[in-house]
Amino acid sequence: DDKLLTEPLSHPDFFSVKELFTLKDLFDARVHLGHKKGCRHRFMEPYIFGCRLDQDIIDLDQTMQHLQLALNFTAHVAYRGGIILFVSRRRQFCHLVESTARACGEYAHTRYWQGGLLTNAHIQFGPGVRLPDLLVFLSTLNNVFEPHVAIRDAAKMNIPTVGVVDTNCNPCLITYPIPGNDDSPAAVELYCKLFRMTIIRAKDKRRQSEAIEELR
Amino acid sequence: TLRLICTTTAVQRKNVGASGPEKYTEAFIKKQIEEFNLGKRHLANMMGEDPETFTQEDIDRAIAYLFPSGLFDKQARPMMKHPTEVFPAQRKIQWGEDGRPFHFLFYTGKQSYYSLMHETYEKFLNVQKHQDQLIAQDLPLQKEKRNLAGSRWLTKIELEEMLLEKLSDDDYSRFIQLLQKLVALPCADIEENYIQKFSKEVPVQLQKVVIEPLQYDEQGVAFSTGEGKRKSARATAVVYDNGTGKITVNGTDILHYFPVLQDREQLLFPFQFLGRIGKHDMVCTVSGGGRSAQAGAIRLASAKALRSFVTEKEVEFMRQAGLLTVDPRVKERKKPGQEGPRRKFTWKKR
Repeated sequence: DDKLLTEPLSHPDFFSVKELFTLKDLFDARVHLGHKKGCRHRFMEPYIFGCRLDQDIIDLDQTMQHLQLALNFTAHVAYRGGIILFVSRRRQFCHLVESTARACGEYAHTRYWQGGLLTNAHIQFGPGVRLPDLLVFLSTLNNVFEPHVAIRDAAKMNIPTVGVVDTNCNPCLITYPIPGNDDSPAAVELYCKLFRMTIIRAKDKRRQSEAIEELR
Repeated sequence: TLRLICTTTAVQRKNVGASGPEKYTEAFIKKQIEEFNLGKRHLANMMGEDPETFTQEDIDRAIAYLFPSGLFDKQARPMMKHPTEVFPAQRKIQWGEDGRPFHFLFYTGKQSYYSLMHETYEKFLNVQKHQDQLIAQDLPLQKEKRNLAGSRWLTKIELEEMLLEKLSDDDYSRFIQLLQKLVALPCADIEENYIQKFSKEVPVQLQKVVIEPLQYDEQGVAFSTGEGKRKSARATAVVYDNGTGKITVNGTDILHYFPVLQDREQLLFPFQFLGRIGKHDMVCTVSGGGRSAQAGAIRLASAKALRSFVTEKEVEFMRQAGLLTVDPRVKERKKPGQEGPRRKFTWKKR
């Protein structure tokens, strides 16, 4: 059992996450497109490649690195049987995110976030609840263009976060930010596909490893 | 679990009420059902009856015999019922042994409501895709209109019962709006099964008042009956055709029974309204009430009887004149702290 848990940590890319996407895929899905210059957040400036006709372009090399780190981390969490909660407050993609979560066997929350969900969980749900071990944000802002409450709550409850940050988002409290577009349907579909594939891969690997251990 | 860091004694005390009503695990309910069945067999043996054919009524009678109780409240007395009736149908604990919740929308708080919205939206997208396919193949879209008049959507309370979850008015209205959008699409017939789960038949409320046909007695004279009431007076009237305008009440003529002109005018009002004063005979029986109440009761009874002799238009005129409506006015009760129904005690300044 110990060996199952420690073995993936010795490899830098145990789940070969780099093969899932290429720079061309990101470009075709329009991940590099940001918002206008006026909407730019100060802390997103390091991730921005440049500005063309007032529209910010996100640096896809940095996005590649961040995406690889984030996917690797989600794969490890899924391998260890952690609870992953997909959060997005965009109405366009609510159905897509929920279907992705259902396909992975993980959980989703694309509706109105009640205040005490993470911080007051024992009273909201009942004693003995298990909180999510990872929060994945497909869009860090809520419907009023303010940072989602869940980022702050997860930071309070020591829950790591993975989030797609656009040029108008605050990447501060997110553990694994992924600078990229969160508005285009093509980009969000790409993210959903990538997360789904990583999680399914990680779970399959876990089942295989357990089967091999039992055979011994 | 949360680690306790620098708290006061007030926070460490368990807040008993905050966790809501106690939730039962499925295993607990199953155990209760087994115990109930065992107890039922023991009880049947005790009473000397057959354990196989021991019904719930037998159980109730046996318990009432073995544990007699003089308590007034039926629910306070000892009772032995099936656990599904005792423990309210609520959510059992939603997560398994490893802590992972069963439902993928568990962390939203209102899992069944949001899963319902998710499913409905999926049906909506299905219908749109089907529509797009038909348009691509240039096929005509189906235009069969659903009968909206005879059905209604589920009420909020019925939906709450279905989902076993509390809803807010806003949630409910959003769900109904989504259903209406789904129904408004031309190809919504594909998801007819799904929509029918949320719609209910409304029985046609227009109970048209059936006007009874004329009956004929031995001489061939047409007659019809009517019943009426006013305050505590009840009257039945039989109106005969080809008459001279004679009216008999409880065996006596109206001049003797109703000495006051006002009451006789009330009796004649329906006939005067229809212009048939000298054409009908009437025999009525009346009991209860006072002088004026009996007159009002006979008036209503005769108007109801006259409906059979008259065209539908004139029935409508009678209804609008108020001849066919039961007068709802009764004596108002006296209230405590007042002298009468409205009169207050005399106000004294000092």
